[in-house]
Amino acid sequence: MLSLQLYMFQRLSALLMAPFVIGHLAVMIYAIQGGLSAAEILGRTQGSVLWFLFYGTFVVAVSIHGAIGLRAVAFEWGGLKGAALDGFMWLVGLGLFALGARAVWAVTFAKGAGA
Amino acid sequence: MTAEVLKVAIQRDADRVDTFDVPAYENQTVLDVVSWVQQNADPTLSYRFACRVGMCGSCAMMVNGVPRWTCRTHISKVLDGNAVTIGPLRNLPVIKDLAVDMDPFFDKWIAAEGVHHGALTRDDEIAPIDETSATRVEANAGIECINCSVCYAACDTVAGNVDYLGPAALQRAWTLLNDAKDEGRTAILDAVSGKGGCHNCHSMGSCTAYCPNDLDPMSAIAGLKRETAKNFFKRGH
Repeated sequence: MLSLQLYMFQRLSALLMAPFVIGHLAVMIYAIQGGLSAAEILGRTQGSVLWFLFYGTFVVAVSIHGAIGLRAVAFEWGGLKGAALDGFMWLVGLGLFALGARAVWAVTFAKGAGA
Repeated sequence: MTAEVLKVAIQRDADRVDTFDVPAYENQTVLDVVSWVQQNADPTLSYRFACRVGMCGSCAMMVNGVPRWTCRTHISKVLDGNAVTIGPLRNLPVIKDLAVDMDPFFDKWIAAEGVHHGALTRDDEIAPIDETSATRVEANAGIECINCSVCYAACDTVAGNVDYLGPAALQRAWTLLNDAKDEGRTAILDAVSGKGGCHNCHSMGSCTAYCPNDLDPMSAIAGLKRETAKNFFKRGH
């Protein structure tokens, strides 16, 4: 039960995610050369507008993409319908966004024990 | 053919399968086997056929779990040893034995705007059609569909989503969209963009894999996705 609007949101978010996934994997490979430490990661991300925008947009795209995809699974395999189906989609989307946004916020702004 | 007797299991109900011994012949289709059972073993067996030559689209059944035209399937191609299982088409309500209710299939054909949207009257000249134009080639690719519902029975998206219009109806919509004689562009694009529309397709490709006419509904549906996406950017919905 995928309307044109949801289909377009899912395709456009996928379009957005493709370069982010490649960039994320490339940085992971680069970052683990010579060992990996929290300080090294935070040194790159803290206060960085670029990495904030990179992972912030990534999180938004993932939240939209994942929520719409799981909505289709919940409908076709789980039999969810109507308001329950839409509620499930929003729960997944907002949940993914909350988890991701919290992590992006933490590595950009937070002054915790790891900083 | 080595076996002299075929073990033919026919699904009569959701939880009832009858097995019949059917004499094997050198030249025998699955439909011949079903007809032999009805004529010689159990006259109450219900099934549907008409032309016997792959033109009418009425004899499709599940043969060993695969949707097929029974009239154009030689029994030797589907035998497992000397056994075969025959059931009613998947994804459609069963009326009795091997006869299914095709109404949902045809209703969706109409719901996808699989009807002629003409603009000319009988007094107008017949519009010239360029057989080599790209749109005509697209339209011709799907024109030989005979509504047998094999693709509809093969589609796992239909199985999981009762609203989904299915491969045959969407392929007809794509054919009409590309037909220069059809004026239903907006109506077709709207019809295939609803909650049961082309965007539900997961491109699993069973329609194209099982079509007995070697048509390619999956690519037709991909075409509809492209056109509706282009339209989305133009119209904003």
